[in-house]
Amino acid sequence: MSQYFRDTLDILEAEAIYLIREVAAQFERPVMLFSGGKDSILMSYLAHKAFWPGKIPFPLMHIDTGHNFDETLSFRDQWMKQIGATLIVRLVEDSIRLGRVKEEEGPNPSRNALQTVTLLDALSEYKFDCALGGARRDEEKARAKERFFSFRDRFGQWDPKNQRPELWNLYNGMKRPGEHIRAFPISNWTELDVWQYIQRENLEMPMLYFTHQREIVRRGNVILALGAYNTLLEGECSENAWVRFRTIGDMTCTGATESRAECLQDIVNEIAATRVTERGGRADDQRSEAAMEDRKKRGYF
Amino acid sequence: MKNAAAKKEAALVKTRDLLRFTTAGSVDDGKSTLIGRMLHDSKQIFQDQLDQLAAVSKLRGDEKVDLALLTDGLRAEREQGITIDVAYRYFSTTRRKFIIADTPGHEQYTRNMVTGASTADLAILLIDARNGVLTQSKRHGIIASLLGIPHVVVCINKMDLVDYSKERFDEIVQEYKEFALKLNVKDLEFIPVSALMGDNVVSRSSNTPWYEGLPLLQFMESVTISADRNLVDFRFPVQYVIRPHQDFRGFSGSVVSGTIRVGEEVIALPSMQHSRVKGVHFYKKEFQEATEGQSVILTLEDEIDISRGDMIVRRQNIPHVENEFEAILVWMDERHDLSTENRYILQHTTQTTQAFVDEVVYQLDVNSLHRAAATTLSLNEIGRVKVTTARQLFFDPYDRNRWTGGFILIDPDDFRTVASGTIRHSSRSTIDELKKKQRKERLETDAPPREIQWDPGLVALEDRVRKNGHKPLCIWLTGLHGAGKSTIGQQVEKKLFDRGCQVVRLDNENVRRGLNADLDHTRVDREEYVRRVGHLCRLLYDYGNVVICTFASPLKSERARVRSMFTEQTFVEVHVDVSLTEAERRDSKGVYEQARGGKARGLAGVDVPYESPVDPELRLDAERCDAINNAERVIEFISELI
Ligand SMILES: Nc1nc2c(ncn2[C@@H]2O[C@H](COP(=O)(O)OP(=O)(O)O)[C@@H](O)[C@H]2O)c(=O)[nH]1
Repeated sequence: MSQYFRDTLDILEAEAIYLIREVAAQFERPVMLFSGGKDSILMSYLAHKAFWPGKIPFPLMHIDTGHNFDETLSFRDQWMKQIGATLIVRLVEDSIRLGRVKEEEGPNPSRNALQTVTLLDALSEYKFDCALGGARRDEEKARAKERFFSFRDRFGQWDPKNQRPELWNLYNGMKRPGEHIRAFPISNWTELDVWQYIQRENLEMPMLYFTHQREIVRRGNVILALGAYNTLLEGECSENAWVRFRTIGDMTCTGATESRAECLQDIVNEIAATRVTERGGRADDQRSEAAMEDRKKRGYF
Repeated sequence: MKNAAAKKEAALVKTRDLLRFTTAGSVDDGKSTLIGRMLHDSKQIFQDQLDQLAAVSKLRGDEKVDLALLTDGLRAEREQGITIDVAYRYFSTTRRKFIIADTPGHEQYTRNMVTGASTADLAILLIDARNGVLTQSKRHGIIASLLGIPHVVVCINKMDLVDYSKERFDEIVQEYKEFALKLNVKDLEFIPVSALMGDNVVSRSSNTPWYEGLPLLQFMESVTISADRNLVDFRFPVQYVIRPHQDFRGFSGSVVSGTIRVGEEVIALPSMQHSRVKGVHFYKKEFQEATEGQSVILTLEDEIDISRGDMIVRRQNIPHVENEFEAILVWMDERHDLSTENRYILQHTTQTTQAFVDEVVYQLDVNSLHRAAATTLSLNEIGRVKVTTARQLFFDPYDRNRWTGGFILIDPDDFRTVASGTIRHSSRSTIDELKKKQRKERLETDAPPREIQWDPGLVALEDRVRKNGHKPLCIWLTGLHGAGKSTIGQQVEKKLFDRGCQVVRLDNENVRRGLNADLDHTRVDREEYVRRVGHLCRLLYDYGNVVICTFASPLKSERARVRSMFTEQTFVEVHVDVSLTEAERRDSKGVYEQARGGKARGLAGVDVPYESPVDPELRLDAERCDAINNAERVIEFISELI
């Protein structure tokens, strides 16, 4: 193999780092969103790499729904120390208290939709003009047309018809006051790429991604973890199963998968052979086929 | 068992490279079906996606699962039943990862096709075997060629509907090949397929025993793309300067082409300052070399001033540094047409500058390559234009380098991206290019070409000296802008003239009007400036004149170059000495202010250092003595020399 051979992971890494640096160079007040999941961990790690030996020249921000798995927050704080990043936290809880949003009715309300308001409020509070997000195009059909630099109008809305063509490696980040850009440096990564890279770089990941035993309930074809924010509905019964998570988000709607994957290699093997998409396990996406597209138009990531 | 296969897959993927491709076809040629087929047959479709497809297909009343639905994203499009934007999909085999930029083929969507094509290594063009080569099929080829996609695969689809006829296939291939002679495509392939039935998509079909080539997917897995990379011209547009502490100043960016090694000599554009590569850094590691496609940080041996938008290149391999060039422009804005009156923002590599499109040379018909006169371009129209930018761009022609040859235009009011362009060449003609190259070479040596002899004519220098009554001489006044060089020069000229001397004066103001009108303030051009003036001075000297030159000439090297053209006693260097503060105070035209504000360049004492002469023939104190007195001193000094 020639010394100039570069494999997929090298190419994706270089592309993401290029984009993260473009954001730092083109914007006055960028911020990187951090959810605690693998994509956020990956993206913040790439930012850490991009500016080394300098520090990441912008803060990270976590919009905390309050419905976290215990491990998520401790992992988050530890990780920030490790990469030397500054973290801002905004709570959906506060938006509810201030009457900016209303908690969903019914048992085990999901706060996934509510976090959009908290996010938009935080963006304007800090006058952030660009938010980096860890979304990937392979996650969902509506994401397939997302740009690296996604333009949002003054209301934080995404208009699929009003996106800028992106050619070569030229990203147009110019905007008028009030408008902002969401930038997605890992757009071209697939779930398998993410795990292979994590394995290659030997990153420590939250234990939730690995197999463990937990109390779960099967709701439709989704497996949900039981806990304070997720209790049994009438007529349901719980079971104890070996599971792991493919995504980590709001506990109320993040589905688990049955798995015995103990290490990164096991996860890579499992994903290489899997027959279900990552979001197949997300309760909120299954509500309607165009679910994601609707949420995105309103400003969801 | 499944796990064993997965392990094998996981082991193999480590050395998988990446191929980006784009697809184009007219509505109903079967593009979506073909992509769906590739994803499906290479087992890239997840069970829940299939279930969803089955449900939607059923809802629509289709009997079979419609694979085309897989690649069809937004609801608006679903309603119209066509794809209207660029959608990206991913799949991989054991050998390669593929990124598909899926774009619609209708003329109305030329802009999307161009976008998808800009980064593609390969294009799949679909032709319906029943319809043969249509206008659209030609258009897709033209766009692939304009955007420099190295590999084009023409899939002749729906072979099942023409009974897998070899004759039909050959006929279409023949016709397309003839047309493609006009294109600039390095590698053109033809494959007979049926997207619906799966013939020759993933595996070879028994329905086409006459076809000897590879099935589509195998072809895409094996096509060599490494040879398409430009590993020759090192270009490093600086993205972001990283300066964590005093001891580290790194320039981050992507090596868009070429390679560079530690220790190699580089030059920074536009300052033209030289240095050597000290280190290639990436995260906690240091490397000996950086290659095309890598995002790295470079450190240099010397502290030279470099910021975002500058470009680091090899000293012996410099791109074009120009602010006028010709390009092929694709207009992408539906709201306003191109206007030659408008000022646009131009984004190129990591720099942005203002630009005017001065002229539409012609409009290109994307269906026929026919050229037509035009004064503007509308959405999806393509034309050749002349562009002038406020700052110089560092570019290569697009055929040579996609990353330094492509640019976008942005509307300065709402910041929408309104056009994309590919640079063909600089506006100076090729003859000019050649001359410039020779000029540069000449600069290195400065010796007259051997084959050219000095023509003494019929009037010898002695004759002139006898007639004039004095010897020729070169008086070279150097000093800061505002020191008083010109005023002193004028006085000296007048006094000598009144005495009956044969005298001429060369001044910046006058040579800038014509002789040096084409030069700017880059280092190369400043050197050229002095070279030309020096030779002119020498010619005038050879014809018996006393030549008075008043040029700031701040660099020792510049003055030494002129001095080397004369012998001792025939060249008088006069330092018109004044402090920067005083020079600035005298400046009536606001030149210093402009330079400090970055509006003027190359001003001695501001962005070019003024290197005082160490040992001039004469030093004038211009701070305290006035011009008349100083002129007297010059006359006094030279009287014995002429
Ligand atoms: N018989 C036959 N029909 C095909 C083939 N490929 C596509 N089609 C049909 O042609 C129609 C248009 O296909 P589609 O993939 O939606 O075309 P697109 O507009 O280019 O994306 C659909 O009804 C397909 O089923 C083929 O190879 N053979």
